[in-house]
Amino acid sequence: MKPAPFDWHAPDSVAEALALKAQHGEAARFLAGGQSLVPAMNFRVSQPAVLVDLNRVGLEAIEAGTDGSLTIGAMARYVAIERHAGAAGSHPILTEALREVAHPQIRNRGTLGGNLSHADPASEMPAVMLALNARLRLRSARGMREVAAADFFVGPLTTALAADEMLEAIHLPALPARTGTAWLEIARRRGDYAMMGVAAVISRDAAGRCIGARIACCSAGPTPMAAPLAAAALVGTMLSDADLDAAAEAVRKEVAPTGSVQASPAYQRHLAGVIAQRALLMARERAA
Amino acid sequence: METRQIGRPVTRNEDPRLLTGRALFVDDVELPGLLHAAFLRSPHARARILSIDTAAAKARAGVVAVITAEDLGDYWQPGPLLVPPPPIKGMTFRQRCQVPLAKGEVRHVGEPVVMVVAESRYVAEDAVGDIEVEYEALPPVIALEAALSPESPRVHADLPDNIAAEVRQTKGDYAAARAKAAHIIRRRFTYDRGASNPMETRGIVADWDHKAEKLTVWDTTQAPVFIRNGLAAMLGLSERQVRVVAPFIGGGFGPKMMMFYPEEVLVPWIALRLDRPVKWIEDRLEHFCATTQERSQIHEAELALDGAGKILGVRDAFLMDTGAYNPYGLTVPLNSQCTLLNCYDVPAYDSTFRAIYTNRTLVTPYRGAGRQHGIFVMERLLDAAARELGLDRAEIRRRNLIPASAFPYHNEVIYQDFAPLTYDSGNYAPILDKALDAIGHAGFAAEKAAARAEGRHLGLGIVCYVEGTGIGPYEGARVRVQASGKVTMATGVGTQGQGHFTAFAQVVAEQLGVDVRDVEVTTGDTDVFDWGAGTFASRGAVVTGSAAHGAAVEVRAKILRTAAEHFECAEADLVVEGGAVSLAGVPEKRITLGALAGLANPMRGAVKPGTVPGLEATSYFGPQMGATAAGAHAMVIEVDPRTMQIRVLRYVVVHDCGTVLNPLILAGQVQGGVAQGIGNAFFEQLAWTEDGQLLNASLADYLLPTALDVPRMDVLHTETPSPLNPLGTKGAGEGGAIPVGALYAQAIEDALDLPARGIEIAEIPLSPSRLWEICNPSA
Amino acid sequence: MTRPLQVTIRINGSDYTREVEPRLLLSDFIRHEAGLTGTHVGCEHGVCGACTIRLDGAPVRSCLVFAVQAQGHDVRTVESLGEPGSLSVLQQAFRDAHGLQCGYCTPGILMTVSAFLEENADPSEEAVRHALSGNLCRCTGYQGIVDAVLLAARRMRGA
Repeated sequence: MKPAPFDWHAPDSVAEALALKAQHGEAARFLAGGQSLVPAMNFRVSQPAVLVDLNRVGLEAIEAGTDGSLTIGAMARYVAIERHAGAAGSHPILTEALREVAHPQIRNRGTLGGNLSHADPASEMPAVMLALNARLRLRSARGMREVAAADFFVGPLTTALAADEMLEAIHLPALPARTGTAWLEIARRRGDYAMMGVAAVISRDAAGRCIGARIACCSAGPTPMAAPLAAAALVGTMLSDADLDAAAEAVRKEVAPTGSVQASPAYQRHLAGVIAQRALLMARERAA
Repeated sequence: METRQIGRPVTRNEDPRLLTGRALFVDDVELPGLLHAAFLRSPHARARILSIDTAAAKARAGVVAVITAEDLGDYWQPGPLLVPPPPIKGMTFRQRCQVPLAKGEVRHVGEPVVMVVAESRYVAEDAVGDIEVEYEALPPVIALEAALSPESPRVHADLPDNIAAEVRQTKGDYAAARAKAAHIIRRRFTYDRGASNPMETRGIVADWDHKAEKLTVWDTTQAPVFIRNGLAAMLGLSERQVRVVAPFIGGGFGPKMMMFYPEEVLVPWIALRLDRPVKWIEDRLEHFCATTQERSQIHEAELALDGAGKILGVRDAFLMDTGAYNPYGLTVPLNSQCTLLNCYDVPAYDSTFRAIYTNRTLVTPYRGAGRQHGIFVMERLLDAAARELGLDRAEIRRRNLIPASAFPYHNEVIYQDFAPLTYDSGNYAPILDKALDAIGHAGFAAEKAAARAEGRHLGLGIVCYVEGTGIGPYEGARVRVQASGKVTMATGVGTQGQGHFTAFAQVVAEQLGVDVRDVEVTTGDTDVFDWGAGTFASRGAVVTGSAAHGAAVEVRAKILRTAAEHFECAEADLVVEGGAVSLAGVPEKRITLGALAGLANPMRGAVKPGTVPGLEATSYFGPQMGATAAGAHAMVIEVDPRTMQIRVLRYVVVHDCGTVLNPLILAGQVQGGVAQGIGNAFFEQLAWTEDGQLLNASLADYLLPTALDVPRMDVLHTETPSPLNPLGTKGAGEGGAIPVGALYAQAIEDALDLPARGIEIAEIPLSPSRLWEICNPSA
Repeated sequence: MTRPLQVTIRINGSDYTREVEPRLLLSDFIRHEAGLTGTHVGCEHGVCGACTIRLDGAPVRSCLVFAVQAQGHDVRTVESLGEPGSLSVLQQAFRDAHGLQCGYCTPGILMTVSAFLEENADPSEEAVRHALSGNLCRCTGYQGIVDAVLLAARRMRGA
């Protein structure tokens, strides 16, 4: 399994990279960490004529804002995010979910920006981005724009990126006080794509009442799937066990899994309910 | 014997090379001018080839040859029948062996159609993409039962149907047994396909030296002597002109046997024609469709018992998927048929199997080689019977074990070694007791109840198995003491990680009184030793080990004779120890083996009539029949009843393979076997579409167990020596893998109290998803 | 065929300069250009871990990196660990604990574990199993490998 031929460019700047992409259009692919693209190329499923390698352009910074927000450069490698003390403090679900992404050898090379741009609906990070209400900064030679994670993932392996555009950075807004988060997934083996994964984010007021909730799932449909009805049902409740059970049942109904070699759609849907309930329990405890 | 070497946990002689990246594997062979082959393979399970256009491929820079079936001329021949079936009365056997390149029709996805040879593998793959083949897709034969329908398409149009073989074997009178039975248990069982997936795929390098007129072939084969002899015949060369080297092989597990795979016969042929060395290394995608697989069977089985739970007889009829061709004859279904009888006293048996051609990858033995199917059927039947009779699972097994006094025990049906199946030796009750004790069977009911009170679902499994091992025909070994005092031992088998360089060295060192590190073992090089069969069927330690023992005994006799002449003493007064021979009680009368080797290689004038030079001997060993090992596995699992995730809390293996040569290596064989069994039971299943496409042809989607999926296991032994060989040993390569499916099924039923819910597990492989479907049939 | 590029890659402290196509995988460069065949290839899609090497110290799959990308970076392979006559502590532990059978996956496992032990001097069995979960072994059932890693850690700690 050897890749088809391609021309390789390794520009030193974002501007140069964007110029190359604009020049070659759909014939070119950006190469970030390569942990999804290179296997596809080795299988010759993907045969780009040109690779624009982003490994020399920078974009690796991870910046913790004073307000508790976090901005992650698209080329930040998983391992850097996983080990970033600020990230673990401000958005612990990120670290929790990253530990489930493949294996250390992949995380040493893979990047968050590459992962999100690949937009695999079975991948953890897109779902986490939905749950954290991430804002994605896209850049082209024409300029910069920002889109919400919810608008970025438009289909299986399909994003809102234009042919001349790249994901430059990911901005995670600060989580309110008394917010608990949890990532839970069930995979066949550790490091595999999950058969179902659930991100839960719950915020409470001082009295313990739920004032905000976000739930998103991976392997639950053609894109990472938010469960807005389930989340809305939690807001205003005291997050009793029964409230969480009801929300989990709503998640089970909201997902639209398509099945895989490892799991039937019915089993995936069942798992969504089970894991959502467990993830919500964890998030509730952590929101105390 | 002065120093015991057999039975010691000697660390391995081969490890330093492997640990430092210095060991030679086939893909490590680099030669000047080396070319690389790639194959265009059928994308269809069944199709007619209408046309092949290779013009663009031939025109591509760097391409040296593009070969279709037409280009092969007389070299295009179906492969040999590797293992002819034993003569069983009334049997049907229709042989159809694989062809080097498809001609006219393709019969499974991945069947090679065109070979490309180019300056690099990259360019060869580019050229494969240039080839245009026009196919007319035909409806394929995939499902076993549908393949029997008169309306079914036929895999081989010249055969009347898709039946490759039909064999009935009986013992006693099953009808009579059934007539007097108090209980009849009848069930249907299915067992689906898996792939061996050694970490090293297949590969071959062929180099024709036109000055020496000699072809050297490096091949990932378990049976280099067969391949050498076969290639010489096919290529019209003398056996002397062909050297096959099976260097370090990255795992074999059966499918790397003497298969004469298409690539294996094409690469040497093209190297000769081009007069340039050619390499082909299978990639993982190819491995999933082009390397043989195993396992699809459907059984309809019936167990007749008396009121006390004693087996009166078994009837079984099963279908077995043999894939598109059947070069390996009946080895797999015969193993299933014979091994079903397990370690129990079964007075009456009536078993019929039909092997079915399908448009899927070929089926040949893969670790266990059909044995696990038989064990699965018998163990599942006994579990159902235990429930019906209100007996404990262990108790019904105990009541039916063949008693120690009954050996040799005759099962009468013909085994894969052509002999009526006879268990040479065994003592099964202590195995079961030891396993029950080690897993905590006596206290488990309380443990389970306590866990359940906390909402945790624990289950226990306990199953028994036998493993037919150490079959013929024969192996040989040559042992020689060098002038340096170091010893060489050579044999014809290939080695794929079994520790041959150590275990055989121990057998030799024990006789010659040398350090195990001073015995240099050569396997898998036909220029060094070229008699024998190969490494398969758990036979290396038994057959080659016994040959090595025989050769070492002869060399020891020569050592004593030579030393007795030298010291002018009686042989009985000599001590062979520490790489030297000395006169007992007279330590200054001592001569090293190296010096003795010099004396045994006489100079001019010292030669007497009848002198045979050297401290060397060659010996062969052929067992009269296979030796039967046995064992029991037990485990305790925890199942999450909502997600169907399984955690193994404890795992115990009790194994009896006779004399243990090296407990370290043996434990590794058992543990590795269990890991493959776990993969087979709960992780690995090849998923096919109805039109014969494989959906999970990658290691991301076909799930080999990881370090987190295989539990720590306790490996315990009993030792009942085999009377069939001088070492008293039996094979152990496959035992670990054999009973695991049955074990999982039983433990899961126990953990989830499935029988109480009217649910039984009658299939392997399982998965959380499948388990959830079984438990929620209406969902 | 795309334009070949000249690339210099430092492997185990030596520089290897070759003209290569951009598509040449780093695993192929190491094995067939540099001739360091200890690094094995098992799947070429980043799952089996046999080709694991250390790139600037970090274990990565060499089948998922193009050789041209390694220009200016430091590559370490199994050949850097020890010699047959002088095994490293880690290698010796693998021999003593029977942590290998066919030995094909072993180089990748050693490169993964060598990095793991630098950061985890006293790991639990569970942690070791997690660290190994990205390297497939088909022979051993992992028990010997796990024992070897724990043994190596103990010896490195001088315990």
